[in-house]
Amino acid sequence: MTNSLFQPWLVPALPLAGMAINGLFGKRFSEKLVAAIALIATGCSFLVACLQALLLVNSGSPMLEQHYGTWIQAGKFTVDFGIYLDHLSLIMMLVVTGVGFLIHIYAAAYMHHEGGYYRFFSYLNLFMFFMLVLVLANNYLLMFVGWEGVGLASYLLIGFYFLKDSAANAGKKAFITNRVGDFGFLIALFMMIQTFGSVHYGSLYFNPGLVNALPLEHSTGILTMIGLLMLVGACGKSAQIPLFVWLPDAMEGPTPVSALIHAATMVTAGVYMVARSNPIFSRAPIALLAVAVIGTLTSFFAATIGMTQMDIKRVLAYSTVSQLGYMFMAAGVAAYSAGVFHLMTHAFFKALLFLAAGSVIHGIGGEQDMRKMGGLRKYMPWTFYTMATATVAIAGIPPLAGFWSKDEILWQAWSSPYGSKIFWAVGVITAFMTSFYMFRLLFMTFFGEYRGEAAVAHAGHDAHGGHGHTPHESPWMMLGPLVVLAALSIFGGFVGAGHRFEHFLDPVIQKVEAHRSALEVEAAAAPMTEEPAAEKSTELALMATSVIVALAGLGLAWFLYIKRPELPARIAAALGGLYTLVYNKYWIDELYKAVLISPLLWISTHVLWQSVDQKIIDGSVNDLAVTARDVSGVVRQQQSGLIRSYAGWIAAGAALVVAYMVWMGTR
Amino acid sequence: MIETLLDHTVLNPWVLSLTAFVPAGGALLIALLARRDRDVRWAAMAVSVLTLLLSLHLPAHYAEVAPTNSGVYAYELNVPWITSPNIHYHIGVDGISMWLVVLTTFLVPFCVLASWKSIHDRVKEFFILLLLLETAMIGVFISLDLFLFYFFWEATLIPMALIIGIFGHERRVYAAVKFFLYTMIASVFMLAAIIWLYVQSGTFDFVELQQKLASGALVLPGSASLWLFLGFFVAFAVKVPLFPLHTWLPDAHVEAPTAGSVLLAGVMLKMGTYGLVRFNLGLFPEEARRNAPWIVTLALIGIIYGALVALVQPNMKKLVAYSSVSHLGFVVLGTFSFTQAGLDGAVYQMLNHGISTGALFLLLGMLYDRRHTYEIKQYGGLATPMPVYATLFLLITLSSIGLPLMNGFVGEFLVLSGAFQAHALWGILAATGVIWSAFYMLWLYQRTFYGTITVPVNATLRDADMRERSVLVPMVVLALLMGVFPAFWMKPIDASAGMILKAHGPQVAMVQVMKDMVHK
Repeated sequence: MTNSLFQPWLVPALPLAGMAINGLFGKRFSEKLVAAIALIATGCSFLVACLQALLLVNSGSPMLEQHYGTWIQAGKFTVDFGIYLDHLSLIMMLVVTGVGFLIHIYAAAYMHHEGGYYRFFSYLNLFMFFMLVLVLANNYLLMFVGWEGVGLASYLLIGFYFLKDSAANAGKKAFITNRVGDFGFLIALFMMIQTFGSVHYGSLYFNPGLVNALPLEHSTGILTMIGLLMLVGACGKSAQIPLFVWLPDAMEGPTPVSALIHAATMVTAGVYMVARSNPIFSRAPIALLAVAVIGTLTSFFAATIGMTQMDIKRVLAYSTVSQLGYMFMAAGVAAYSAGVFHLMTHAFFKALLFLAAGSVIHGIGGEQDMRKMGGLRKYMPWTFYTMATATVAIAGIPPLAGFWSKDEILWQAWSSPYGSKIFWAVGVITAFMTSFYMFRLLFMTFFGEYRGEAAVAHAGHDAHGGHGHTPHESPWMMLGPLVVLAALSIFGGFVGAGHRFEHFLDPVIQKVEAHRSALEVEAAAAPMTEEPAAEKSTELALMATSVIVALAGLGLAWFLYIKRPELPARIAAALGGLYTLVYNKYWIDELYKAVLISPLLWISTHVLWQSVDQKIIDGSVNDLAVTARDVSGVVRQQQSGLIRSYAGWIAAGAALVVAYMVWMGTR
Repeated sequence: MIETLLDHTVLNPWVLSLTAFVPAGGALLIALLARRDRDVRWAAMAVSVLTLLLSLHLPAHYAEVAPTNSGVYAYELNVPWITSPNIHYHIGVDGISMWLVVLTTFLVPFCVLASWKSIHDRVKEFFILLLLLETAMIGVFISLDLFLFYFFWEATLIPMALIIGIFGHERRVYAAVKFFLYTMIASVFMLAAIIWLYVQSGTFDFVELQQKLASGALVLPGSASLWLFLGFFVAFAVKVPLFPLHTWLPDAHVEAPTAGSVLLAGVMLKMGTYGLVRFNLGLFPEEARRNAPWIVTLALIGIIYGALVALVQPNMKKLVAYSSVSHLGFVVLGTFSFTQAGLDGAVYQMLNHGISTGALFLLLGMLYDRRHTYEIKQYGGLATPMPVYATLFLLITLSSIGLPLMNGFVGEFLVLSGAFQAHALWGILAATGVIWSAFYMLWLYQRTFYGTITVPVNATLRDADMRERSVLVPMVVLALLMGVFPAFWMKPIDASAGMILKAHGPQVAMVQVMKDMVHK
């Protein structure tokens, strides 16, 4: 780097400094100063990130690696502190710092007069630090540092309102569920160390790379195992089946946290991990298939729940799970760049949706139940217009951002050699549901008549006392980020037009066609031989299908929630058990509790502790204990408080031992 | 003259002895002091700080002295002590025992501070015992003569049993006697093994014995090496404590005063794991390898079982005690994985556990000083009245559950990685520990600090004061430093662990290769 002032390490280091300053001294600072420190830290981080991005793109080299010394060394195994900047981490870095900065601005107003203002921003900056470590690390172990670190930040922020048991529980649940995933990640790391002796991206993947150097017929098994174990980690962090249960509960955190961590950045880490490990996954078709299947199932499953929820943040939470499923689907058909593209556009519109939802909640005094909203369009027009933009974007209606990325995923699901018509079909049905539940949310919130009991000041989830009377628009400091994100939701998709985004990621995504077995190549060759024109027409037909389903979802939502608002309740009643099942999220939480948690606690208490430990093991020591009780009488007499007697005992003991030794030695 | 004074190398042969015996000397001085509690406390503080400063000489100049002498031990001193039997005052440290000495000298000043107010009866006796205990513990880590080692080993028992028995809580006598007898009886087996070795070889000298055994100059008849191995093993396994020999530990911890718990968990358990590394691996490498499968099985049971039992404890001190069973299981697992990463990690984990569990007991002691109970039910919502304390507790919790960039992660990761290399299943089973530890610690944290106050008196608890902060902050800082810059500690450990693994390693490997060839 020519300019020594703008080292890449500054990108994560600045938020860390912000965290340290606010964390150590913030208690004595005014709210303005706390916010200023946090904003300057993230803002400067964003600026340096932009500069780094420009330098890298202009340099023409595919990547930049910087080492900052050794972290762990044991025998021949070493792990560095280092930064690895290529086109993939560059996109992640810009999304994290950019969206992160906008959300910091919003939060500065949103968290106004909340207790623990400095604590909030110190945690938020801590999150930024770990997230940037995650995406900029030059090796998997350092990625793991960020990986667990964002889990910690998430734990702290979900539990920010720790006086509420539900918040404290949600934080703990998130951390422990993530640890289940981390367990998989750790085993993947051990396997990698054992097989390759290294966890550095550079030595694993490039020139020629230890992974590439392995003959395919010897490595598929081990790479499949590594891939599947990484997937376990990714499922934890990105809330995929079966580890998604923590994310809806995570909505207990303040809304800016939901936007930043549980929508735009942290939860996409799993997608980043799969994309980063593409040389492994592309050589392990079974692992890849598992990614696609889990992603497809999750996207469908979460969307069905999203259609029934009444809490505005919960709808968005299930929507996030569902959209992450899309990204996994894309990665699973080896269309990594499509997954990352959707990751980026999703970061724009989902962050916007959450921030707008926060603005709504803020404006009506902490209420989150959509049944108590309605008609808010005229009270908070800016919030409405920006949220409507995001809704159109996520529904996949052209030409907004979501259309481009979702369409790319569906096309890849259909056409990729790893794809399948089934993935595509489920994806299209999910797209319909997505459009439906999002417009349902928009209509229930902003259209019709205001149904809230405005006079009652709710001290609900985001306890905003004193805002209760009539719904009101939020301050400009909150609306500004909404407007910027709305612009990104409109225009952000154009970078993907003409496969520009895909080509940008080309240096990162390795082509492994040559390595595939002859049979697979033959199978894959079939669609390749299609005429380009025919392919183009298929692509256009598919595109039309996804637009039609999106509009159909919009239409249905309009019919049910604007035209005939009495119908949804009747439909729900008619569906009976099925509706109850979906409304209660398939009772997955209850199932986990009954099958995993309760038995674990019961066995630990009644079997392991009270029976094995106390009765069997310690009971066997009982004979000793009985003797001990007799001896204790003797010992008690010795507690005379005179040091002479203790010293005497010590000396006597030692003397006895020596005497015994002498006797043994001379015998 | 002045050059000689300034020349730190003058100190080299004496620094270990000084470090070991300054506390005992201090104890003697305190015994002569008048019975004024304030003076006694300050004197104990001065002595323990002086010892800490002296011990810092060890790592500061380790690199200069490590290559001398036998090539393995630094700051060595070997003088005859008793001629018949042939007992030498032979001391020295390698990269492993050096850090354990420093861990001991580091923890004692905090124990003094922690006992400042909570010990108010027989203050003089308490600090005398504490300092005598320090001498004995350091002695264990520096002895290179088996008799000397055994002497210090047993010498730790008496002051610790008295600290528990006199200064502990309700069932202190029961706990003290259980502790004393349990570990004493186990040590008898080690004594028998030591004597047997002496009768066979005519020496108590560890280095000499090791050479004789390795070179074949001393051939052990029949199954003798197995019995010797087991003799040492039982003594150490009880001390660790390895499942199922652990039930003395929760009782001892719950009843012990804070300083007792800190030293018990922080240092005395490491005497067991240190013994395994130094003697079981050092003297009987082949037996160690042969017996590794069942030892590791016990360690794995300990890791999971200890964690699950910790999970459901209603008493916080018992919870932490059972978590120690789990953490120490990691140390034994790493030790018997016979991999560089595993052994490095095991030793690092000994230090980490000393810091993080030591700090946890200090934290619990502060709570006890305020409320006189360890029942988790009695707490809840403490983050509101005690924010600083809650933050420090959280940081130590994170260290204990092995969050990356904290010390616990480095050790845990290396142990697991090594175990996985030795046997994939070992690594996989042990790695479930990352889930369990998060579960029991975060649940403890939630029940203690989050939510609203349920017991009214808790609303008025005072936050950590300056004395308490000055105890906890250095611990937290050290936990962070050891997590971010582990190389400083790891370098000497790595070198010495490599030496231990090298002993007989290639030969055994060759035997194995030949066996395999025969089988084929």
